[in-house]
Amino acid sequence: MTEQSPITMPETSRRRFLQGSAAIAAGLVIGFHWMPRNAIAATAAGATTDGRLNPLGETMNAFIRISPDNTVTVLSKHLEMGQGTYTGLATIVAEELDADWSQIRTEGAPANAKLYNNLAFGTVQGTGGSTAIANSYDQLRKAGAMARAMLIAAAAEKWSVPAGEITVQKGVVSHAKSGKAASFGELAQDAARQMPPTEVKLKDPAQFQYIGKAVARIDAPAKSTGKAQYALDVKLPGMLIAQVQHPPRFGGKVKGVDASKAKKVPGVVDVVQISSGVAVVARNFWAATKGREALSIEWDDSQAEKRSSDQIMAEYRELAKRPGLPARRDGDVDAAFAKAAKVIEATYDFPYLAHAPMEPLDCVVKLDADGAEIWAGDQFQTIDQANAARVLGLKPEQVKINTLFAGGSFGRRANAVSDYVVEGAEIAKAIQGKAPVKLIWTRENDIQGGRYRPMYHHAMAAALDDKGEIIGWRHRIVGQSIMAGTPFEPVMVKNGVDGTSVEGAATLPYAIPNLSVELHTTQAGVPVLWWRSVGSTHTAFATEVFLDEIALATNQDPLKLRQKLLSGHPRHLGALNLAAEKANWSSALPAGRMRGIAVHESFHSYVAEVAEVSIKPDGSWRIEKVTAAVDCGVAVNPNIIAAQIEGGIGYGLSPVLFNGISLKDGVVEQSNFDDYEVLRIDQMPQVEVHIVPSTEKPTGVGEPGVPPIAPAVANALMAATKQRFRALPLPAKITSA
Amino acid sequence: MAVQFTLNGNPVTLDADPDMPLLWAVRDEIGLTGSKFGCGKAQCGACTMHVDGSPVRSCSTPLSAVAGSNVTTIEGLNGKVAEAVQAAWIKHEVAQCGYCQSGQIMSAVALLADNNKPTDDDIDAAMQGNICRCATYVRIRSAIHDAAKTLRA
Repeated sequence: MTEQSPITMPETSRRRFLQGSAAIAAGLVIGFHWMPRNAIAATAAGATTDGRLNPLGETMNAFIRISPDNTVTVLSKHLEMGQGTYTGLATIVAEELDADWSQIRTEGAPANAKLYNNLAFGTVQGTGGSTAIANSYDQLRKAGAMARAMLIAAAAEKWSVPAGEITVQKGVVSHAKSGKAASFGELAQDAARQMPPTEVKLKDPAQFQYIGKAVARIDAPAKSTGKAQYALDVKLPGMLIAQVQHPPRFGGKVKGVDASKAKKVPGVVDVVQISSGVAVVARNFWAATKGREALSIEWDDSQAEKRSSDQIMAEYRELAKRPGLPARRDGDVDAAFAKAAKVIEATYDFPYLAHAPMEPLDCVVKLDADGAEIWAGDQFQTIDQANAARVLGLKPEQVKINTLFAGGSFGRRANAVSDYVVEGAEIAKAIQGKAPVKLIWTRENDIQGGRYRPMYHHAMAAALDDKGEIIGWRHRIVGQSIMAGTPFEPVMVKNGVDGTSVEGAATLPYAIPNLSVELHTTQAGVPVLWWRSVGSTHTAFATEVFLDEIALATNQDPLKLRQKLLSGHPRHLGALNLAAEKANWSSALPAGRMRGIAVHESFHSYVAEVAEVSIKPDGSWRIEKVTAAVDCGVAVNPNIIAAQIEGGIGYGLSPVLFNGISLKDGVVEQSNFDDYEVLRIDQMPQVEVHIVPSTEKPTGVGEPGVPPIAPAVANALMAATKQRFRALPLPAKITSA
Repeated sequence: MAVQFTLNGNPVTLDADPDMPLLWAVRDEIGLTGSKFGCGKAQCGACTMHVDGSPVRSCSTPLSAVAGSNVTTIEGLNGKVAEAVQAAWIKHEVAQCGYCQSGQIMSAVALLADNNKPTDDDIDAAMQGNICRCATYVRIRSAIHDAAKTLRA
């Protein structure tokens, strides 16, 4: 597999890359570019909020188009994959524009990194790291305010009145003295001709009418009627459908293909070899399915990963016995352990995890004389554009990307090698572009296709003094690097330490004087990737469960221990205290019920969760209720924040309850939702979400709801049973110790 | 061999492989794309349609099995129950990525058509076959209760 990409990342820090508000705080330029009039209108064809094309109209700036029918289209540089970003970004624009919410539409912006780069990703247009709102907040407030000023200038000119006397309210521009008024649509053409002001005054947050008020989610109607358009739904004249057969082992290659039977399947048009396997191209999905089943492929496994996951984990356990590379070092850890009155040790294991978004990876690629056009729920436009261009022998700007709604992603659609987009491009090229091709991965392709959350092993030790105070903390992490071998490596891997392997552990907020976080980065042939909340998917569990083990061993209340150790971290403490208060932490529970708590910061948002579990006499158990508190700065849309925390909890519960991905002799043992189980409605707890009031800059909520849930549940089980729970998934039944 | 059935109230004759799953017949041959592909083996429910009023996983239902039947997809939903369910889905802002929601709604409509006062256990039983990776389950539950209330009013 060629793990290369022509993209280079600018020299920004790791935290800047993943954490947008840090980038803004560090003074990155809030880019604002101007396009020729209607250039954007002519190129945009992304997902729209109602599944139909939005009206064309006058381009006010890169983010706002106003049509004569008075609709305002907000161009979203971020992929809508469920996290509510179309609504959130439009809310920010509508606020400063003083639009009426009913006139707002959203549309996926075209791939154009000069206009639509993620300010937290340097020059790359893409969505991830819970950065959408954080990196767009100032930019879109300014865009909205500028368009508003241009509408005012147009009205002033038209009515010959001073601009300062004009007001704008709910989409109506008016001049009280003369009694004149006009809609945005009526003024759009003249407004677009105005010089954009060089400076605009932004609203006083006290005057906000949409931000913080939970406007109606903009894609709800289309997504409740089957009208929302995903890549799966694109239909072009003459379009063919492709399926791919990947090698059974990662790193395997095609040695030989006998396609004769497949080519005889009615509807199969072609069978082509691509760098990642063999593709069957057919008139419809069913013919492609039957054609793929009829393939006879001989694989070359000489370079493939042939180990079992158990074997890899055994190697990790051995590695953890030795010191790793330092990720953080405070005080003198060795001395602390040398003088400890008591030492507590524990190890924690985490399997590989597939993202398994509901919409399997898919894209449409159309080649023509001038270049290529791609339709996808595209999460990494700049990188996908460059990788597709490389495969097709084109310049990136010759690859047009139409970003549609994505049927979930959880990180999967953003990867440095653009795996599924490259496959689509290779197939289109292999059939000489004679027809547009829609590549559809099956669920089996998805579950067995790699780019998993890495498998990890953690070894932890705490040194306690004779009063039970924690005087030393040693945390060793063993696992593959997500960033190694990608264009992000130079930025994200420092002194051999991949920041995403240790985030959440190296950022431990607890007041412990002597602390060491170490990393062993391992090599394995299994491709790995960020998975909703990245490093915190495992570091939050290890740190928060280990802290509860210490609390139990020293007979302390887990909440009080955290409060004591977090005195210097008011935002952690604020979320923790709110969750505890709303969950009535100190109140008594009926027999067989117990609570557990965890708090964790990721992507600059602070989330605490209290899980209440019930255990039956036969040892079976369930999660009854989760009470969450989140501090994500200014709450742009409280209802969407609640939805993301609910969803984050649900997403985080699958690896708590069900097996991950395992390999037997290099072959993935799971293939579909019957053996890679995920959370269903009957296992979903009640969830209550509370938001910590804040005037800090807004930060993301797509990921931060995930990390605390697994430790909160394990801590509840520990509190109930006094047993230790040191691996995910947790046992389905508690057996008596 | 041509297969005849009724789709969203209209007669349809399809000259296609009778083994072709109903999902792909409707999506690829007829062009209605509201029903989604999620697993291909009746595990996730994203493809749920109604066949003679009952929820069916169309990805695993051969075209030949619906000969002579009434098939309804999300595009053809109508009537009091469907209106109540879809209104509740919008009001509760159930959808996140939205991809599974056509299937969720089809299952919810089938449940409420039979039972306008479902308990949480009834909802679990009826909706367990529909996976949502965004885990919108809390809102699915409240939207179903709310739609049921509308239907009882």
